[in-house]
Amino acid sequence: MPATTFRIWRGDRNAGAFKDYTTDVTDGMVVLDVIHQIQAEQAPDLACRWNCKAGKCGSCSAEVNGMPKLMCMTRMDTLDMSAPVTVEPMKAFPLIRDLATDVSWNYAVKKRIRPFRPRTPDAPDGSWRMKQADVDRVQEFRKCIECFLCQDVCHVLRDHHKHGEFVGPRFLVYTAALEMHPLDTEDRLADLKDEQGIGYCNITKCCTKVCPEHITITDNAIIPLKERVVDEYYDPLTRLFRIFKPRP
Amino acid sequence: MASYQVHEHDVLVIGAGGAGLRAAIEASAMGCSVGLVCKSLLGKAHTVMAEGGMAAAMANVDDRDSWRVHFADTMRGGQYLNNPVMAELHAKEAPARVRELEAWGAVFDRTADGRILQRNFGGHRYPRLAHVGDRTGLEMIRTLQDHGVHQGIDVFMEMTVTRLLKDGGRIAGAFGYDRELGRFRVWKARAVVLATGGIGRAYRITSNSWEYTGDGQALAYEAGAELMDMEFVQFHPTGMVWPPSVRGILVTEGVRGEGGRLLNRDGKRFMFDDIPDLYKNQVAKDPEEGWRYVTGDKGANRPPELLTRDHVARCINREVKAGRGSPHGGVFLDIAWIKDRVPGGAEHIKKKLPGMYHQFKQLANVDITSEPMEVGPTTHYCMGGVRVDGRTQMSGLVPGLFAAGEVGAGLHGANRLGGNSLSDLIVFGKIAGEHAARFAKSNGAAAVNDAEVAEEERRVLAPFERADSGEGPYKIQQDLQATMQDLVGIVRTENEMAKAMDVLTQLRRRAGAVGVAGNREYNPGWHTCVDLRNLLICSEAVARSALARPESRGAQFRDDYPSKSAECGTYNVVVRKGPDGSMQVSKAPVVPMSEEHRAIIEENK
Repeated sequence: MPATTFRIWRGDRNAGAFKDYTTDVTDGMVVLDVIHQIQAEQAPDLACRWNCKAGKCGSCSAEVNGMPKLMCMTRMDTLDMSAPVTVEPMKAFPLIRDLATDVSWNYAVKKRIRPFRPRTPDAPDGSWRMKQADVDRVQEFRKCIECFLCQDVCHVLRDHHKHGEFVGPRFLVYTAALEMHPLDTEDRLADLKDEQGIGYCNITKCCTKVCPEHITITDNAIIPLKERVVDEYYDPLTRLFRIFKPRP
Repeated sequence: MASYQVHEHDVLVIGAGGAGLRAAIEASAMGCSVGLVCKSLLGKAHTVMAEGGMAAAMANVDDRDSWRVHFADTMRGGQYLNNPVMAELHAKEAPARVRELEAWGAVFDRTADGRILQRNFGGHRYPRLAHVGDRTGLEMIRTLQDHGVHQGIDVFMEMTVTRLLKDGGRIAGAFGYDRELGRFRVWKARAVVLATGGIGRAYRITSNSWEYTGDGQALAYEAGAELMDMEFVQFHPTGMVWPPSVRGILVTEGVRGEGGRLLNRDGKRFMFDDIPDLYKNQVAKDPEEGWRYVTGDKGANRPPELLTRDHVARCINREVKAGRGSPHGGVFLDIAWIKDRVPGGAEHIKKKLPGMYHQFKQLANVDITSEPMEVGPTTHYCMGGVRVDGRTQMSGLVPGLFAAGEVGAGLHGANRLGGNSLSDLIVFGKIAGEHAARFAKSNGAAAVNDAEVAEEERRVLAPFERADSGEGPYKIQQDLQATMQDLVGIVRTENEMAKAMDVLTQLRRRAGAVGVAGNREYNPGWHTCVDLRNLLICSEAVARSALARPESRGAQFRDDYPSKSAECGTYNVVVRKGPDGSMQVSKAPVVPMSEEHRAIIEENK
């Protein structure tokens, strides 16, 4: 394949600009290969985060031609190489350098979510019994590799910067995995409504579209959680019932 | 000029994969203050790439299984160079560690009666691997991470340790830098647990992530600890071979566990042609019996695709060298054929192997439910590592220094069984954490030596002083990887390894003069400079140890010594840094088996 031009964001917290690099693209290459090639041949200090290069760790998230992608799973032959290919950092998080962003906010958010609290074990050896059919949904959510592309694309975070009030799709999926875990006994509905800001999500499904693990974030996780919150706090019959319920 | 930030903990854990997280959780549960240093972001460690499962004799699927059979399988797989004390502890404790993960929120695949499902894997007599599809490592690390962050552990993300600090003979802490700003850090600690993983980045074709640069092995070696069994580098039989940029990415053994068969160019199922003596009573006589085995027939023996990894890798290598390989230099791995044998056909394959389905579809345009994969051996695992006491995981030479997981040595001997790695992490992670905590409680604080810190600062910053004159790090690393791949790889000879030793000497010289431009903030060129020393130490240890073992056993295949030698079966090769700074090689007698151990081996023959 001919030499291709890559327009890569170079910069730090204070300033930055796109810089063009031209390099050869060979059979089967992914965007991360290109970044490594440019590092090795032209820009040894080009900052980029990566680990497994197999789509399993979720480190190399970036925006390729404006689309949130894992660089290691984006094949060059899926992109139009007649024009410069742009590679830039995720926009929903502060920049550290070049393609590496500060995603520490995500870790802080997760720590605030009430942890898993299992019911008493079913068997004397401390184990439980669960049907596969009952864990299929939770297993779907637990496929998440925490690449944070869903956070990046979510307009509540990306455009409206509601990082203080809204936890983003990743942590709604995480909460859903806990809430729908057959063994869990914790109640996170009040947190979902108040702390996690589930109401901010207006179901544009952008998160589902960019998920490299193909988790149906909106339909399977967020909407059922919204329904649970509505049933608990906004359903007129439940509210009526609560008014007349004897207080403990 | 002292320009570093200081952190202080009872126990410092270096590495935050399965072993490091489990060690940190244990030490913390015992009341110690714990620091956990991750080279990457938390939850991204190499453990996420483990696919097939974790071996534990829970007997959920086959009630004939027990810790005794698991012990015997592990020892046989390791060709009896394993530390039997560790093999016993591992087999006994793995089931409890797996159940503990469930108690912390892990969601394993289930049996029909609702228990944890277990699958077949190479070298395991019975279905033994607790798993979650083909993403078991992710489940493990996420479970430990989500549990661990609520235990009050101080997590230091994206920081690299470059030196262990000592106070006299014992450990005193560690020195390193943070990636974000390149600032130096000193962690003072009473005990240190190494859990840094393996050395796979010393090879060109590898399934290992960028972190796997032998950091822990090199840190321990520089601190005066011994490395053992470093000649035993496992080449996983099935890595992707095409396209070139994905060469080496792992194709889980689970494919073969679900019935995948290996075929050569002529469509011949070649694994049936070569059954090693140790396993001749345990292999199916024809494909039909093999299929019955993978579908749960307790009267059937395993198909030869499920022999140990060293053997399967060599058979694939042989087919390719004999010109019977696939178009891109591998062989075919076919799971599509089971479509006609199972209800649901293609959907069954996607459900059992979702990661593999997407990996091939996305990276190679191959639909594994209708066409075969092309696979070949890839550097996967280092059986060797820091020599530790089997019961405590502490180095015998550096009090207060512990090692767990891949960076430690002893459990796997000459060859690791698939699935024994994830269980290794949680069993010995816990043990190392527990004993590190005990050590920290019974030993006072150690002092950090400022001169030692200053010297390390100078060493680590040296590449910047050669920004204009020095050679860049990437080419040196590539040349090192090519050398190890070509000369100390899957088939070895004395001549080639002697040549490798010469090249390594030149590479050390080049690495000593390496230069890097830019500043200290998130500078991957600089980080590669720092990693080079570790890769070079580990590469030298592999080559020297391999030369000290003139035989073929387990993962080591010597073309010039193609058979096993009884004499070589009596020792483990050990290297350490000599007083003159050179690497010294010695032979240590293997840890003897007890009467009971021998009886177990006998009853499982």
